[in-house]
Amino acid sequence: MSRHVVVVGAGPAGLGAAAGALRAGARVTLLDAAEEPGGQYHRMPPAAFGAARPGRLHHGWSGFERLRDRVLGHSRCDWWPESAVWSVDRAEQGPPHVHVLRGEADGAGRERHVLRPDALVLAPGAHDRVLPFPGWDLPGVHTAGAAQALAKGERLLIGDPVLIAGSGPFLLPVAASLIEAGGTVLAVLEANPAATVARGWAARPWELAPQAGKAGELAGYAALLARHRVPYRTGRAVIEARGDGRVEEAVTARLRHDWSVVPGTERTVAVDALCVTHGFSPQLELPVAAGCRLRGGAFTEVDGHQRTSVPGVYAAGEITGIAGAPAARTEGLLAGWAAGGGDPGDRAAAALRRRRDRGRAFADRLAAAHPVGAAWPGWLRPDTIVCRCEETAYGTLLRAADGEAAGSARAVRLGTRAGLGPCQARVCGPTVAELLRDRAAGGDPHRRPVAQPIRLGELANPPVDTPDKKESAR
Amino acid sequence: MSARLVPAGADRTGRRPDVPLRITVDGEPVDGVDGQTIAGVLLAAGRRTWRRGPSGAPRGVFCGIGACFDCLLTVNGVRDVRACRRRARDGDAVATQSREAR
Repeated sequence: MSRHVVVVGAGPAGLGAAAGALRAGARVTLLDAAEEPGGQYHRMPPAAFGAARPGRLHHGWSGFERLRDRVLGHSRCDWWPESAVWSVDRAEQGPPHVHVLRGEADGAGRERHVLRPDALVLAPGAHDRVLPFPGWDLPGVHTAGAAQALAKGERLLIGDPVLIAGSGPFLLPVAASLIEAGGTVLAVLEANPAATVARGWAARPWELAPQAGKAGELAGYAALLARHRVPYRTGRAVIEARGDGRVEEAVTARLRHDWSVVPGTERTVAVDALCVTHGFSPQLELPVAAGCRLRGGAFTEVDGHQRTSVPGVYAAGEITGIAGAPAARTEGLLAGWAAGGGDPGDRAAAALRRRRDRGRAFADRLAAAHPVGAAWPGWLRPDTIVCRCEETAYGTLLRAADGEAAGSARAVRLGTRAGLGPCQARVCGPTVAELLRDRAAGGDPHRRPVAQPIRLGELANPPVDTPDKKESAR
Repeated sequence: MSARLVPAGADRTGRRPDVPLRITVDGEPVDGVDGQTIAGVLLAAGRRTWRRGPSGAPRGVFCGIGACFDCLLTVNGVRDVRACRRRARDGDAVATQSREAR
């Protein structure tokens, strides 16, 4: 009987991991919450659209199609779409057990399954990180990822005209998606000054050569913006959104390198929608639940073989660092190979490790070119909402941290309800942790024992028997 | 202008002609297209908000990928469904939700 590897997430990293494990001779169960593989990067239009040429919206489409078909069509691969992993629990021996709900998103009649793999590869990805600013809770303010997901996944233009602001290379493909969908993009605003961006990208140019594909992709977006006369401005950010019940105006301002506002540089622009991103939050609840050690509190720590600190648990893609789809796929291939029992001395694996190391260098470069400036809390006012779910205001948070809950981040959260609403701090967690850093210690913004919502009725049902064989083929 | 669907005829992905569907939102009919999520149907129909936060503040789609839970609504009697993740089906009865203190 070959090893059974469970892979969570079917984006570039997860598909890579499945391919790596299959190559090593393992049996694979590949899970994803979506109906189609591809993750957010290769987000697919729904089957009902019958899109004959979905690749028109994607970079590296033919490579993705080959990988997808090879993995999903493999006799040792079992593909589980619409499968949400809501928990992993630490087994006494061996890797954690994986608790899965199969069925329609947030539906009432999903089936419970428990998988007990020989090895587990976690590749759940990340979502946008958005820093708060006055008015960011107005309808019509979206994450850049929302604009991208709706354009690629539903052929829906989020609004018209749109302003795109924040930090990072992701601003560019989002602008390209909105232009492709027929929208007007007023401008793309990168909060970091040109000098920071240039220093990050231009340092150690020899490291950039292996990422020529990524650089070419970005150059293509830049040319598209130029053709459509969309300005790309550095050192400017949206510091406020205004409107009556929905966003109508964005206030932009010039920023210093630490993201403090240069007084007197404010401008107001009329918008129908505003898309914002300040980087990515890796989805760390599963690695944290499995007991994996984190690196710098922000990413899953992995060794040269993508092994986490927990035996039998591997990690790949954005939960180990933000470096883009090709790097995620490479990490996945390596993680899957090791998880599947592949020989670590294998020549192909050694080559993959070198490629993975270049991907890590690229992640460092991205982080250096697009840091979050420390002075961003200067945008906030006492009544600015920090936690969208519980509507906890910045002033309330500070009062609690300096008053009755002094010294304990957990007490601040319990006292103000920040991070305790429906999203369970997915959106505000890193922000609250950062705002409280010098005031209150403790608490882990990534600890979320129930990783996806489960209904009490579903919890009450016993898990169904999971057949120990491949049950579906594409 | 607000959110809109790329017309099928102009869609570079070679989408097939739209198959219409109709859902109700708090009893009012709203037309959409087969394949859209409920969030997609509502946005394309010109609705931006369908949930209220604890203060009564309006909420709709924020993250679009299921992380923020801003777009929750009730579908055919099932509460707390993320509109951005649930595909719309013809005849779905959708109800808006509120977390306002009563």
